[in-house]
Amino acid sequence: MSAAAPGVPGGRLESALRARRDGGAKLLVPYLTGGLGPDWLEYVRAVAAAGADAIEIGIPFSDPVMDGPVIQRASADALAGGVTPAGVLAGLAHAEVSVPLVVMTYYNLVARGGHVRTAHQLADAGVAGAILPDLPLDEATDWLATAASAGVDAVLLAAPTTPDDRLDAICEASRGFLYAVGLLGVTGERDRLAGSATRLAARCTARTDLPVLVGVGISSADQAREVCRVADGVVIGSALVRRILGGAGPDEAAEFVAGVRRALDA
Amino acid sequence: MREPGPGGRFGEFGGRFVPESLVPACAELEAAFTAAWADAAFRAELDGLLASYAGRPTPVTECKRLSERLGVRVLLKREDLTHTGSHKINNVLGQALLARRMGKSRLIAETGAGQHGVAAATAAALLGLSCEVYMGEVDTARQELNVFRMRLLGAEVHPVSSGSRTLKDAVNEALRDWVASVETTHYCIGSVMGPHPYPWLVRELQRVVGDEARRQCRQLLGGADPDVVVACVGGGSNAAGTFAGFVDTAAVLVGVEAAGGAAMGRGVPGVVHGMRSQFLQDEAGQILEAESISAGLDYPGVGPEHAHLGAIGRARYVSAEDGDVLEAFKLLAETEGIIPALEPAHALAWVTAAARTEIPAGSVVLVTLSGRGDKDVAQVMAMLG
Repeated sequence: MSAAAPGVPGGRLESALRARRDGGAKLLVPYLTGGLGPDWLEYVRAVAAAGADAIEIGIPFSDPVMDGPVIQRASADALAGGVTPAGVLAGLAHAEVSVPLVVMTYYNLVARGGHVRTAHQLADAGVAGAILPDLPLDEATDWLATAASAGVDAVLLAAPTTPDDRLDAICEASRGFLYAVGLLGVTGERDRLAGSATRLAARCTARTDLPVLVGVGISSADQAREVCRVADGVVIGSALVRRILGGAGPDEAAEFVAGVRRALDA
Repeated sequence: MREPGPGGRFGEFGGRFVPESLVPACAELEAAFTAAWADAAFRAELDGLLASYAGRPTPVTECKRLSERLGVRVLLKREDLTHTGSHKINNVLGQALLARRMGKSRLIAETGAGQHGVAAATAAALLGLSCEVYMGEVDTARQELNVFRMRLLGAEVHPVSSGSRTLKDAVNEALRDWVASVETTHYCIGSVMGPHPYPWLVRELQRVVGDEARRQCRQLLGGADPDVVVACVGGGSNAAGTFAGFVDTAAVLVGVEAAGGAAMGRGVPGVVHGMRSQFLQDEAGQILEAESISAGLDYPGVGPEHAHLGAIGRARYVSAEDGDVLEAFKLLAETEGIIPALEPAHALAWVTAAARTEIPAGSVVLVTLSGRGDKDVAQVMAMLG
């Protein structure tokens, strides 16, 4: 296990997040499903204005094995509405938001498009990073190098089950930030913050200077603030997307994000 | 068919494309299986169960009347005669013993037709493990007897309502369970698919089919091997086990897919369910829904070793249409008194057609009859009116 591009610095996503983190802020990265509804870009803009440090955009895939019911439904709805990866990227190219955009999708879409072509399509759409939860370190060598040369930060994930030596290698290879999966399980809201979230965040921050963001199971402003006592920031997906599926408009979605922002800044 | 290369590769196919949470569990399983497979005591316990519980060895049956009808000499490897009625029992007994050896007390499984689910529930009951089975809602409806069987055996059956509500979605849901439960749970995958080491592990547990058949054929054929060896392919476990016994002979190896689920015939390379293999997918890489009368073959992918055997030309992959499958189903019943499962009826359908066109008269054709047709009788009755 080794970094595909050791010594290659992170790109635009990483420098933006590092600057905010080093300035004393906790990082907030809301997740939105790309192509969910005709006005999905309005949500992207509203959430950006509400205090997001970057925005994670899910490109819907037919078989999202890391996602729980909320993101599954959002993906299925978007696909049923005819959304394609190219359509999501075309939208993002015109999003006109000031914070970095990072896409989250599944590896088959990248494999089908080809590494080089996909990395350049992402870069051309203004996307600064990519998260592929079913492409673990051992399979990621070529993608890490290809993404880096296109100027896209390839974000790797760490899990509560990741042993220390492997975690070192993941920290070394990840770019943009380190995505610490807060619990054993798929995306979705939980009543309480899992103990594994803080424990993993502590293991990660002890061994890397990369921003460490905890995602999966972060459901509320309180949970975000709690885990950020250790972590550098959070990714919040299902809690936001559930509100949108339930009819919340861009302003309401933005108000939820602003609430988390206030909690992190307090 | 040898051990896979570094990273679990068969040529360019295979690998371990799973969420980070599962990587350590896959590595642990690989180490546990490697050790167990080299452990004489483990092998003896498995062989003992296969003999005294599952009913091995299964016979090879010479089909006199069918052979007369087709003009080729048809032999059947009778996996339909095992306990639970399909080859799936070979795999689950091995995996259940492995789970116990790893200290995991809970099995989860996906199932399409229900044969693997029933087998997993059976092995769990035998070894005192708990068992939960994911099955698409389309399949729980068309295979309701198997759902009831699993419940009788003490397993919990979870109908899956996402996506196409068939085998593909059952695999997704089992993977989601495993991501959350990996510390206490063994995912008992039913075919030669998924992340490394599963495609290799399941093929090794199924190679008993091919190894037995090769010995039995040599006895029957005066030391010779069959000319053609045929098996149906969904994920491809009975075919992989069968081919493992004949890959180093001169036999032509033929895998028969459902026309509506022909990942070898119409798929392109992709990465889903932990493996790089052939998948039915659109231009963007979204996975398409397979459609077949056979729930067991209703899968848009195929095991990576089949993708490799196809790529190097060692095995041929063909497909059979639903209508021809029904005809073959009836033909075997009428000529030999054997009601096959719809899955191996695909293999018989290809043999029936190929005997008229491309298989030289008098050739010896071995077909793995992977399961019995009891589970399909109600469905076939409805279709034939």
